[in-house]
Amino acid sequence: MERLPITVRRKRNLVIRAGIIQAIRLFFTERAFLEVETPIRIPAPAPETHIDAIPSDGWFLQTSPELCMKRMLAAGYDKIFQLSKCFRHRERGSRHLPEFTMLEWYHAGIDYGRLMNECEDLFLFISQFLGAGDTISYQNKTISLEKPWRRLSVSDAFKRYSPMPLDTALADDRFDEIMVSNIEPGMNGDRPVFLFDYPVSLGSLARTKQCDPTVAERFEIYAGGLELANAFSELTDASEQRKRFEKEREYRANLGKIAYPAPDKFLRDLDYMPESAGIALGVDRLVMLYADSETIDEVVAFSPEEL
Amino acid sequence: MYSASDLRKNLKIQIDGEPYVVTDFQFVKPGKGQALYRCKLKNMITGSQFERTFRSVDTFQPADLQDKRMQYLYPEGNKYCFMDMESYEQVYLTEDQVGDALSYMIDNLEVDILFFGDRPLGITLPNFVDLVVTQADPWVKGDTATGDYKPAVLETGYQVQVPPFVVEGEKIRIDTRTGQYVTRVKD
Repeated sequence: MERLPITVRRKRNLVIRAGIIQAIRLFFTERAFLEVETPIRIPAPAPETHIDAIPSDGWFLQTSPELCMKRMLAAGYDKIFQLSKCFRHRERGSRHLPEFTMLEWYHAGIDYGRLMNECEDLFLFISQFLGAGDTISYQNKTISLEKPWRRLSVSDAFKRYSPMPLDTALADDRFDEIMVSNIEPGMNGDRPVFLFDYPVSLGSLARTKQCDPTVAERFEIYAGGLELANAFSELTDASEQRKRFEKEREYRANLGKIAYPAPDKFLRDLDYMPESAGIALGVDRLVMLYADSETIDEVVAFSPEEL
Repeated sequence: MYSASDLRKNLKIQIDGEPYVVTDFQFVKPGKGQALYRCKLKNMITGSQFERTFRSVDTFQPADLQDKRMQYLYPEGNKYCFMDMESYEQVYLTEDQVGDALSYMIDNLEVDILFFGDRPLGITLPNFVDLVVTQADPWVKGDTATGDYKPAVLETGYQVQVPPFVVEGEKIRIDTRTGQYVTRVKD
């Protein structure tokens, strides 16, 4: 395929980006979701071992609007969505920007299985809105968005693609390395994939399966080899959430990372949160997919280096 | 000790006792997972390449590399002998290791030899070397026709373009970084 000069390509991508954001808003408002905006600068980010917040005058820039949006679920808002900037310290690569755009939506009364259906519908809606039918062409591969997408459990993915069993990978702290080196390349087929049912240690904000407390009801979406979204049936048990946060805090301390203030108001409100499912989707990555971009730089108006 | 966040192209590290240079490098990170650094590494001795993914907690040793000022003595078969001017120690570099520097190497030329421990790996030339012209077309005085450069052969066998007034037997200065004529040199 003949490549256009970079600036023309960027403009084309930004037009696609604007279309995707319009489509997202239409999709959710048609389904009676309320669009909300929660504060970007917060006092207490959720403690996560491998996600670091950027400090902001004594508080922090959000790494995700999750805690605020769950507080809204607790306050009686049942179907909410948000498009917001999130900030993650020292995350820069061909698919990472320290400042990026996240779409998060939360739906009270459903679980992660129903949420998967909502995702399939959203991608199809966007594709049709862009006039691209049901397929996406990404890096010389054709991806069909037709339902149902592929569904693969983490344990099956390890059996199929990993050089070592899941338990060993977790014990040796090589889960992420194997995901990136062995499993992600397998997520580059002719349909998007839901990779689901992660070990509970890797889903600190997720509810565990009733039949198996070692497994969290968590899934991720992969398409074209790109990691696009992370979703849970949400944990609503405040005392369990406290324990999980403690663990994360401990892991962070062991890695010499700073401790964040405890998100007390979130933990207090959690008791009032209904059973829900929620998801965080990287909008820039979504644009990369629909615009057939190899790097995230090409789908934003300015990368940090261009400022 | 380097940590994974120090990784970048051209960084030289030591793995299993051998020196490697990072030829390519990519930051990857699953959303909830740890930062990983995928590197392409080239062995500075054997030239062989491989890929490895490092985790953010991994650390590595900087490669034990040093430049030593040495003097070129003579060729021996397909090797080249250099001497440390203080200790009089001699080392040999292979034709591969010397590479393009051969074009500029004259007796007693002072160069920097890159060592890994006590193994010589490669050579850095001075920016300028003065070499004698052994072959060039003569300059006819009064020939004002053109200022075009002409080919000349130097004492090392190296061929270079020189101004028309340069004659055989003259010494000229070459920029080793570009391989080009700089000026005539008076002895």
